[in-house]
Amino acid sequence: MAYDKFNILTSTAVPLPLENVDTDQIIPARFLKATERVGFGDSLFRDWRYNQDNTPKEDFVLNQDRFSGKILLGGKNFGSGSSREHAAWAVYDYGFRCVVSSFFADIFRGNCLNVGVLPVQVSAEFLQKIFDATAADETTELEINLPEQKITLLTTGESESFDINGYKKNNMLNGFDDIDYLLNIKKDIETFAENTPL
Amino acid sequence: MSATKTLFDKVWDSHVVHKIQDGPDVLFIDRHMVHEVTSPVAFLGLKNRNIPVIHPEKTFATADHNTPTINQHLPVADPLSANQLRMLEENVNKHGISYWGLGHEKNGIVHVVGPEYGITQPGATIVCGDSHTSTHGAFGAIAFGIGTSEVEMVLATQCIMQPKPKRMRININGKMSRGVTPKDVALFIISQLTTSGATGYFVEYAGEIFTDMSMEGRMTVCNLSIEMGARGGMIAPDEKTFEYVKGREFTPKGAGWDKAMAYWETLYTDEDAIFDKEMTFDGSLIEPMITYGTNPGMGMGISNDIPMASAVQGGATTYQKSLKYMAFNEGDSMMGKPIDFVFLGSCTNGRIEDFRAFASIVKGRKKATNVTAWLVPGSHKVEAAIKEEGILDILIEAGFELREPGCSACLAMNDDKVPSGKLAVSTSNRNFEGRQGPGSRTLLASPLVAAAAAVTGKVTDPRELMEEMVAG
Repeated sequence: MAYDKFNILTSTAVPLPLENVDTDQIIPARFLKATERVGFGDSLFRDWRYNQDNTPKEDFVLNQDRFSGKILLGGKNFGSGSSREHAAWAVYDYGFRCVVSSFFADIFRGNCLNVGVLPVQVSAEFLQKIFDATAADETTELEINLPEQKITLLTTGESESFDINGYKKNNMLNGFDDIDYLLNIKKDIETFAENTPL
Repeated sequence: MSATKTLFDKVWDSHVVHKIQDGPDVLFIDRHMVHEVTSPVAFLGLKNRNIPVIHPEKTFATADHNTPTINQHLPVADPLSANQLRMLEENVNKHGISYWGLGHEKNGIVHVVGPEYGITQPGATIVCGDSHTSTHGAFGAIAFGIGTSEVEMVLATQCIMQPKPKRMRININGKMSRGVTPKDVALFIISQLTTSGATGYFVEYAGEIFTDMSMEGRMTVCNLSIEMGARGGMIAPDEKTFEYVKGREFTPKGAGWDKAMAYWETLYTDEDAIFDKEMTFDGSLIEPMITYGTNPGMGMGISNDIPMASAVQGGATTYQKSLKYMAFNEGDSMMGKPIDFVFLGSCTNGRIEDFRAFASIVKGRKKATNVTAWLVPGSHKVEAAIKEEGILDILIEAGFELREPGCSACLAMNDDKVPSGKLAVSTSNRNFEGRQGPGSRTLLASPLVAAAAAVTGKVTDPRELMEEMVAG
């Protein structure tokens, strides 16, 4: 599915300084019943964001006007649990283009890359610096430079590099997806299929 | 170059179609399992590209996540669930995929029916849009959960693109103590590694404790691999494995069997093979386990006290938020805490062995009046065995009812929701906030611990209710 190309993103960030944020929190299972990829942003962090009578929980960060932006900051082991790609769709649909954490769960990281959300893994120390800077001043901007694989805290100029493999980087820069690649090598795959033992 | 390989290397390397420089491997997929929740957008993608399912014969669909567990013969009441089920049926019909939908005699949870009918085989690559696909690793398969974009890739090309994970081996020797089940072994491992301790790795389980386990037990262990962050876990196939798969509907027969066996017999880790990480534990020290927090890593021996925040790894804020949600305090004992619900079922513990274990405790006792119990078989085949073995009679005599197969209260997508604030002892796999219904509180445990709670109405050490073993 097509997504916006990613190059350099400059934005404020929304801080969620909790560890082990699982995909059941990002989007609870009861909101997985759609058959099209629309409207998942409304259910992002549903049970942390809304009371059971659907009134907003004032203390949750997405309900605090002072925080906004295209970057979501999460604690260690972000996106653990279920493989539901709906979690990455919800993050994207809400308007985030990048999640910054000190550690990502595997499947969530892969899902993000497949739907146009850039997972940026930084050191625990750098993440803490960003959390602190954002908490002190919500207008603090970050620059996520994908071509240079660099994240910069613009207020201080401090930066760190981040990893992404060359293939996925090229996909994100150009808005390509894996299916295009696979369809292109279909002949090789079929030759391979003829020789599998099972 | 060394020729020694791990079990994981052997299966992975033999399925690589292409290696991309500075990128993922293109991995060929032998078996693709599909269910109603994570597939509709993938099928929509095929429609938009106007391309077919390339190997419908390698693709198997079942309905499980969304399905009711009572009155399955009636139309599904929830319109959104009904729509998703209808969509799957349309898609499988359009593409010629075998489908065991609601009401079909082979219907059940995708990870329960796969092995039951021989779809799951040693040395295969198996994927499904569900993180507990790791279950199938019990047969020496590489099996893992994928996202919907990847479901679309497999439907379209029978391949996915994945960087090769690192290799970890978890060695556990010794025997399981009385009252300890494979679920406890898995919860113990996760409590030691934390929910991110195996992220980036594919795990091989090795040692006496796993070779001694039944196939059902191995499935429970491999199922929970994802809960320590691992993409999957696997156990080398042995005589027990081959005996299990032999003669099942989709298992190769005749010359096909001999060809498969020739491959399967190569599936073990070479003696000098190197792992990126090795962990070793003493199995005899594992106790019946229970969780007290909001991730599966927050588990402990049932007779222990909830650890103090100062004694745990990770942030105190997250830990305290978790205990606050559970309405527990640091230092609390879990024993004797009154419970409201018991859930026996799921792809983790919804197999016949789990019902046998549950029945062994409730036999001759009565369900506690304060407890609502949902006993949900993993499949119709499990349901049939429960009846044939006389387990149903024991359950009914003790005041329990048996429901119809499905994922049920494990993720509470259907009506089987634990109400807000209520405490459930559950044999499923996740105790995340709200996992079993908004506001629900979950204690993960084995079928024995669940049974002990069901008859006493509180957290109880099952060893107190077990008959003394006859020495022999």
